[in-house]
Amino acid sequence: MLTTRDDVYAVLSGVMDPEVPVISVVDLGIIRDARVEGDAVQVTVTPTYSGCPAMREIEDDIRSALVAAGAASVQVNTVFSPAWTTDWIGPEAREKLRAYGIAPPGKAEPQGLVTLTRARPAAVCPFCGSADTRLQSEFGSTACKAIHVCRECRQPFDEFKAF
Amino acid sequence: MSNDQSHNDTGEPGGVAQAPKPAANVSVAAPRRAPIENALFEYVLRLGDDRLVLGHRMSEWCGHGPILEEDIALSNIALDLVGHAASLLNLAGEIEGKGRDGDALAYWREAVAYRNALIVELPKGDFGFTIVRQFLFDAYSVLLWDALSHAGDERIAALAAKCLKEDKYHLRHSSEWVVRLGDGTPESHERAQRALDELWRFTFELFERDAVDDAVAAHGVVVDHDAIRSRWNGMVAEVTSRATLTLPTDTVAMRGGRHGRHTEHLGHMLAEMQIVARSHPGASW
Repeated sequence: MLTTRDDVYAVLSGVMDPEVPVISVVDLGIIRDARVEGDAVQVTVTPTYSGCPAMREIEDDIRSALVAAGAASVQVNTVFSPAWTTDWIGPEAREKLRAYGIAPPGKAEPQGLVTLTRARPAAVCPFCGSADTRLQSEFGSTACKAIHVCRECRQPFDEFKAF
Repeated sequence: MSNDQSHNDTGEPGGVAQAPKPAANVSVAAPRRAPIENALFEYVLRLGDDRLVLGHRMSEWCGHGPILEEDIALSNIALDLVGHAASLLNLAGEIEGKGRDGDALAYWREAVAYRNALIVELPKGDFGFTIVRQFLFDAYSVLLWDALSHAGDERIAALAAKCLKEDKYHLRHSSEWVVRLGDGTPESHERAQRALDELWRFTFELFERDAVDDAVAAHGVVVDHDAIRSRWNGMVAEVTSRATLTLPTDTVAMRGGRHGRHTEHLGHMLAEMQIVARSHPGASW
């Protein structure tokens, strides 16, 4: 039975990101709040990327997990502020990403305007640990990933981009 | 369709809903809303329409990119822009208060009811044209979101801060490509220069202010258009100079999109974009 905020978070820790199924929606940092009133649950979510097609599915997954855990009704609210950042992904989740073959995100860029010339550290290869890598494309198979290639082990790999 | 241009020149948002719900023609009998809501609706509609139309143009590259990575990048950027448009048009519908959501606004308005600037509706052209346009727009968009993230309307400020983060990626992508094309082969240089020359006259409209801007500024949504334009000039000068491109000096300005006067291209684009929703009104899947 769900009675507290922690109960809801415990259930949501089992709801995995559909695109990166080793980290949960709680690991991702997109669950901003949860409330239980009787058997009704309210969850506040913030989107990762505005155009991420997985967001709708994530909402459905949240809803069905909470219903399966005993909630009679589930309301999912969306907030945009503060904007989601990969800095909210914790150390354990970063390790899970690395073990899954995705380089975890570095520190997000500070707020403010873009620097037109990039000066950022190279992504570390999740397979061999080398930092001798090059960026292939800032856009990858999903909105949240960039593609790199490791010069050491010659393996292309995804990076969860710092955002 | 019943909308005509003179109707839309009054500054009314126009675009009577043809969607199954809400009932058609509600705007005729409805009491006039407070002017600030009209202006805010119009303002957010402009922001949303710019991104919806540009996002759709960008999506036309899906499966046609010059290299695989670029196909993926352009499709990703298209998704972001359409995502921004969805949030903005939903907010516009909420402000309007007539029961129209983002989908109703996207799929059930005629071209004359669209409020995008003309630059975003031009056909995608070649890769050089797409990239140069994207760069000119991204630089504007990043500066605009930066200003709006401090706006006195917290709904707009929240969306602006969110969109800013994503548009920074777009700007880096498009500016790097402008340099690569301009400072690339004679062919890529020539095409990038031609795109810049063709697009220049459409850039002025992005920075123009009218009664809508003044009205929302009184409501706290203050944007210093001149400051944005001058920072934009700086960014554009920096990137085009690295790209060995020559900045056009002509001052002929094409305008009209903000008031529903569009090029012939928008109607064709909307026909394709809207046909599924209009063929199956109210369908869900």
